[in-house]
Amino acid sequence: MKFSQEQMERYSRHIILNEVGVKGQIKLLESKVLIIGTGGLGAPAAMYLAAAGVGTIGLVDADTVELSNLQRQIIHSTKDVGKPKVISGKETINDMNPDVKVMTYHEWVSSANITDIIKDQDYDFIIDGTDNFPAKFLINDACVLLHKPFSHAGIIRFSGQTMTYVPGQGPCYRCVFLNPPAPDLVPSCKEAGVLGVMGGIMGTIQASEAIKYLLGIGDLLTGRLLVFEALDMEFRTVKLASRTNCVVCGENPTLKDLIDYEQRACEL
Amino acid sequence: MHNRDGFVDITDVVCPITFVKAKIAMEEMESGKILEVKMNDGEPIQNVPRSFKDEGHKVIQVVKNEDGTYSVFIEKDGL
Ligand SMILES: [Zn+2]
Repeated sequence: MKFSQEQMERYSRHIILNEVGVKGQIKLLESKVLIIGTGGLGAPAAMYLAAAGVGTIGLVDADTVELSNLQRQIIHSTKDVGKPKVISGKETINDMNPDVKVMTYHEWVSSANITDIIKDQDYDFIIDGTDNFPAKFLINDACVLLHKPFSHAGIIRFSGQTMTYVPGQGPCYRCVFLNPPAPDLVPSCKEAGVLGVMGGIMGTIQASEAIKYLLGIGDLLTGRLLVFEALDMEFRTVKLASRTNCVVCGENPTLKDLIDYEQRACEL
Repeated sequence: MHNRDGFVDITDVVCPITFVKAKIAMEEMESGKILEVKMNDGEPIQNVPRSFKDEGHKVIQVVKNEDGTYSVFIEKDGL
């Protein structure tokens, strides 16, 4: 492919980087990333990936934009209240970068649809921007079974965590967290405050991991959990090991069918 | 002037597109081939050859043209 004058200018600060260059930028333009959840984490991740010129971005979310989302879900604006989040997200991306093709999936992920959604465009990398444990375990299991890399992240209050799974290169989310916590141990909606910037910080790290994976550069958060505490302004990484008896990625996996765990609906 | 395998004129763009345009032209060439880059005096001649050196290419000749521009001949992967 040949760069247009406009693309040469748009991506100049990438092309100048030796680790990206012309070939890397073309790779990004030919890449496909699926973002599940267009909320606090997914919004900034989608925006930076779109700005970076990731050629195909899939957005999955069944929700519509609410006023209470706008404190952190920066891909949506006041005029978008009431609109499906995937449509609002698509419009923001289209305005920002016409090079990006946006696929929208106006639904919640479940065991019934997640495989088809990931296979729809044969996505290269998946970003978990969801806010609940059932979805996080579902995304992990689906990605492991389909041999797809993904970035996990979670945010609550002033804390965030993120790790990256790449097939054969370290533990999956289930190796580390085993099973979803009992529903009554999960904070209820009223307890679940979150500082707006947390999604920006962690979601942008997820976008960085996606870009690094697509370009094949640097060290990913595989086998490492990055934990961020905003009040102390401290990042630390915890080493993680694979579990040989993991039910989904271990030596003798027993989990072959995806599971829909129960959890009260809670908008984070 | 030196013989060349490729040519790019970057006098019509400004920093940072100067190097970007030249770099794109260089990426389309094979190792060992020579690219002539025509550039303006000032910022481009100060920075573009150096940026190519940083990326492992060899500046083999710099020619000052009568119109005040420079023609810089660079061997791909020559360093
Ligand atoms: Zn595992």
